[in-house]
Amino acid sequence: MLKVKVNDIDLEIEEGLTVLQACEQAGAEIPRFCYHEKLSIAGNCRMCLVEMEKSPKPIASCAMPAFDGMKIKTNTPLVEKARKGVMEFLLANHPLDCPVCDQGGECDLQDQSMFYGIDKSRFKENKREVPEKYMGPLIKTQMTRCIHCTRCIRFAQEIAGIDEIGAIGRGEDMQITTYLEKTMESELSANVVDLCPVGALTSKPYVFEARPWELKKTESIDVMDAIGSNIRVDTYGWEVKRILPRINENINEEWISDKTRYACDGLKNQRIDTPLIKTNNTYEKIEWNNAFNKIFEKIKSTPSNKIAGLTGDLTNMETLFIVKEFFNKIIKSKNLDCRSENIYVNTNDRKNYIFNTPLNRIEESDLIILVGANPRFEATILNLKIRQSYIKNKTEIYSFGDVGELTYPYKIIKNKTDIIREIIEDKHDLSLAIKNSKKPIIILGQSLLKIKSSKYVFNEIKKYLKKNNKINEDWQSLNVLSNNASTVGSYDLDINNSENFDSTVLSKIQNNEFDIIFLFGQDNLKFKKKNEFVVYIGSHGDNGAEIADLILPGSAYTEQDGYYTNLEGKIQKAYRASYPPGEAKEDWKIINELSSFIKGKNLFINKKDLDESMLQYLKLKKTKKFNDILDNQFQSEDILVDHFDYYYSNVIARASLTMTQCRNEKLKLNKTGTEG
Amino acid sequence: MLEDKDRIFKNLYNDGDINIISSKNRGDWIDTKKVISNGRNWIIDEIKKSELRGRGGAGFPTGLKWSFAPKEVGSRPHYLVINADESEPGTCKDRDILRFEPHKLIEGCLIASYAVQAHKCYIYIRGEYFNEGKILQKAINEAYENKLIGRNSSDTGWDLDIFIHYGAGAYICGEETALLESLEGNKGQPRLKPPFPALIGLYGCPTIINNVETIAVIPTILKKGSKWFSSIGKPKNTGTKIFCISGDVNYPCNVEEEMGIPLKELIETHAGGVIGGWENLQAVIPGGSSMPMLPKNICESINMDFDSLVENKSGLGTAGIIVINKDQDIIKCMARIARFYKHESCGQCTPCREGSGWMWRMLERMSKGEASREEIDMLMDVTKQIEGHTICAFGEGSAWPVQGLLRHFKKELIKRNNFNPLIKKNKNVPYLVDQHLLEKENA
Repeated sequence: MLKVKVNDIDLEIEEGLTVLQACEQAGAEIPRFCYHEKLSIAGNCRMCLVEMEKSPKPIASCAMPAFDGMKIKTNTPLVEKARKGVMEFLLANHPLDCPVCDQGGECDLQDQSMFYGIDKSRFKENKREVPEKYMGPLIKTQMTRCIHCTRCIRFAQEIAGIDEIGAIGRGEDMQITTYLEKTMESELSANVVDLCPVGALTSKPYVFEARPWELKKTESIDVMDAIGSNIRVDTYGWEVKRILPRINENINEEWISDKTRYACDGLKNQRIDTPLIKTNNTYEKIEWNNAFNKIFEKIKSTPSNKIAGLTGDLTNMETLFIVKEFFNKIIKSKNLDCRSENIYVNTNDRKNYIFNTPLNRIEESDLIILVGANPRFEATILNLKIRQSYIKNKTEIYSFGDVGELTYPYKIIKNKTDIIREIIEDKHDLSLAIKNSKKPIIILGQSLLKIKSSKYVFNEIKKYLKKNNKINEDWQSLNVLSNNASTVGSYDLDINNSENFDSTVLSKIQNNEFDIIFLFGQDNLKFKKKNEFVVYIGSHGDNGAEIADLILPGSAYTEQDGYYTNLEGKIQKAYRASYPPGEAKEDWKIINELSSFIKGKNLFINKKDLDESMLQYLKLKKTKKFNDILDNQFQSEDILVDHFDYYYSNVIARASLTMTQCRNEKLKLNKTGTEG
Repeated sequence: MLEDKDRIFKNLYNDGDINIISSKNRGDWIDTKKVISNGRNWIIDEIKKSELRGRGGAGFPTGLKWSFAPKEVGSRPHYLVINADESEPGTCKDRDILRFEPHKLIEGCLIASYAVQAHKCYIYIRGEYFNEGKILQKAINEAYENKLIGRNSSDTGWDLDIFIHYGAGAYICGEETALLESLEGNKGQPRLKPPFPALIGLYGCPTIINNVETIAVIPTILKKGSKWFSSIGKPKNTGTKIFCISGDVNYPCNVEEEMGIPLKELIETHAGGVIGGWENLQAVIPGGSSMPMLPKNICESINMDFDSLVENKSGLGTAGIIVINKDQDIIKCMARIARFYKHESCGQCTPCREGSGWMWRMLERMSKGEASREEIDMLMDVTKQIEGHTICAFGEGSAWPVQGLLRHFKKELIKRNNFNPLIKKNKNVPYLVDQHLLEKENA
């Protein structure tokens, strides 16, 4: 502990803190532009100057490490003058275009100039004009406003892991740019918009959409991937205008991926706003009651084992639970599953399907092995954590098969199941590496759990890790990377129907054995339709609605309260920020009303009742005593990592114009020019 | 007045030859082994006793700087970096050392490397010194051939490799940490201090950075003894120094003189006096363009050493003396210097990036008489806002010369920029006041 004095307040602080952090602990506010907790220290804005005893010059508090016996003053005339001076310089070449600047109202420069600036400008020369730079479909630039804090450069290099943004030129002519003015090739690129303290980098899809004070802010949870990033949804009336990250040190810190941020314009397009029925190959509007009646009649005339249901990738847990109850109590069918592909899962133990290493402890790891996973696209925030681990410990990272650029170096192992067998039999170099590693992380992707010998591979790896004491109280090295927001929640609610761990529902659907299929927001099902009556309940007109005979309009994640369990098994609640369009209803209400139509009685009295029942179900759920059955169905085969279409991975993203632009931009970048 | 026997740079005017044989005749590479055999503590001690101050501009005691290097080499190697990025306007001393006395520098590198336990020495030479670099490389090759450096240099048991690195024409890369950044291949921008390069420098390793002249005088000091060196000049400002005299003098030249020599004597004796006679002198910039200028009355009596100049609110800097006579427009001269600093600011930190351009534009207007009187005080305010608020010393370097102008030639500025917005006399100008009130008053 160090003893320092800030403005005559005695303070004991931890070693290794900077003066700025010490001042903050003393309650003295220090203005800053370039300093950011998550980035390296640049010390170039000079706004955080404070007075240190025995130093003739003021010091930059963000860069100066605190030492014992230091005496700091932050409220002297010297400090005030220094701040005013720096502020004047910053404003000298900064345009006075706040009324037409999107940052207005949430601009660091605006706020701090109110506190620390002078009211009049003494700068009479012409202001500098800097040409705009092209940074892709997400980032709008207005470089005249740039104050050269270099936060964006440091973010790109340190966090995103791309050297694509930098400063060229010197002195007054220094300009921030992406080299050759191309799109930033990162899934985290739009975070620079949040980082930019002024309006130099603003959000392109949000340009001139709204003012920050006009927006209603709702804290919520993201559903674009299984990470469960904490977000804030800003709405203007019904419309979701933008999505911003919320700080959660245990999950997304303060970053979110581009899809999380910008898929929100997909909430406005392709929406189903009224019940529709297919007659003569066209869809016609239908009243809710008639639609329910139609379903009722169909169910009445169909044996319950001929009815199946599939839940979707964005479905919240309340809906999952009421669907489960609906199938149990009303339809009395067990043919309900959450998988759209035959993915191996053993729900007897929760550890079999979650990401067991907490996200905030990934950086402790010293060995990471990716098996059939591409974390960069499947879970961007997870990829960021792996990169942090690499930067911190120079972690050795291996991947089965080449999965492309991951923003950190990794070694490629042959993507054969035989290699896994060799490792397990201690015949491979990696066996030793795993044994020697204190905190290894094995990440099993969905692509691995899809292959024929997935049971063998999963259970053998688990057994091997247990044998070598890599799965213990302190460290869980086996991790399953789920791709969808609803995956872990569905497994927690036991929405899967397996026989020997293969999805029976799916195989029966493929064989056209059902008469009625309910698709609860399920859009990824691939099957050849024959005479089934397909009911689609969801928010967007996409693959699911295309094959449906009856469509009921549901809500998207921003339009209803709902729990989601993220890949590491943390349950979080997303809040309603907007309301469903047209005649659409909240998903749980549709099921509840449908059951009351069929049975004359609601399944649940209200939402609270549903919530409590669901949480009670989760509480009562226990790990079943179960010995891992070792399946010896080994088969030599390739572990192919599926191409993951990042910008088109779910209905909302597919309906989003911004995501389409990003995808096109990416395809353009991938072209080499030799295709002909 | 320095006697010829006390001169260190005997070939400053290329009277002899550059090659190793004539260099040896001048005393280079003689007794190098003997000097080094005294051990590094003796060397550092001797340099401390000689009171040698760095010749690059800041005047930091060299012996003290060397003693900051870790005593034992840990897991990270030590480096010696020679700063030959001589870009200060009005300074050309290092250039003559590089092209006429390269062996002094190389021998100095060996001794200094031994003293700070470095096996690698980098000479960062400014890109424009291409020919000088070639001569230096030739001299380094000669030294390698004669086994003076390299493996077991000069039979001392110390291994040393010297590399030349050319800059790309940036003034800021003469700042030691920006130089390291540039040497590492990054954008030449100064680093934050602390940590200082002596502990975390090139590639994160302990690094000692010295000016060419500092290193080149080391062998002679050690051979002739610290007592000899400290007997020249004044206490705390000892030894000899190469002064570069340029501007409005009859014979611009480089000359080695003792520290503390009167400025007037220096100009009169060595540079043939001011053009138009001493009475025609307007001002002198004593230490390269980043030092504040001195008016004639101070120049009459000033001694050229670190402390005397600091007393007069200027500095010795690199000892690049720029003489400005009365034929010159002093404000235009200053505007030109301000433009240089505007162009060379690295753009990293705010006050210097925005302030240097602002100062230049104001001075440019002032030289044309297009500024208001209150702007003169405002200019002073702007220089004060830059000074001391920046990452490196460039902030001071760009603000001080302007302050010098304002300190000594404010009258000149006021005379030219006589636009005064304040109306002192009450004038009856009807259109300036509210007509309505005027009528009321009259009524």
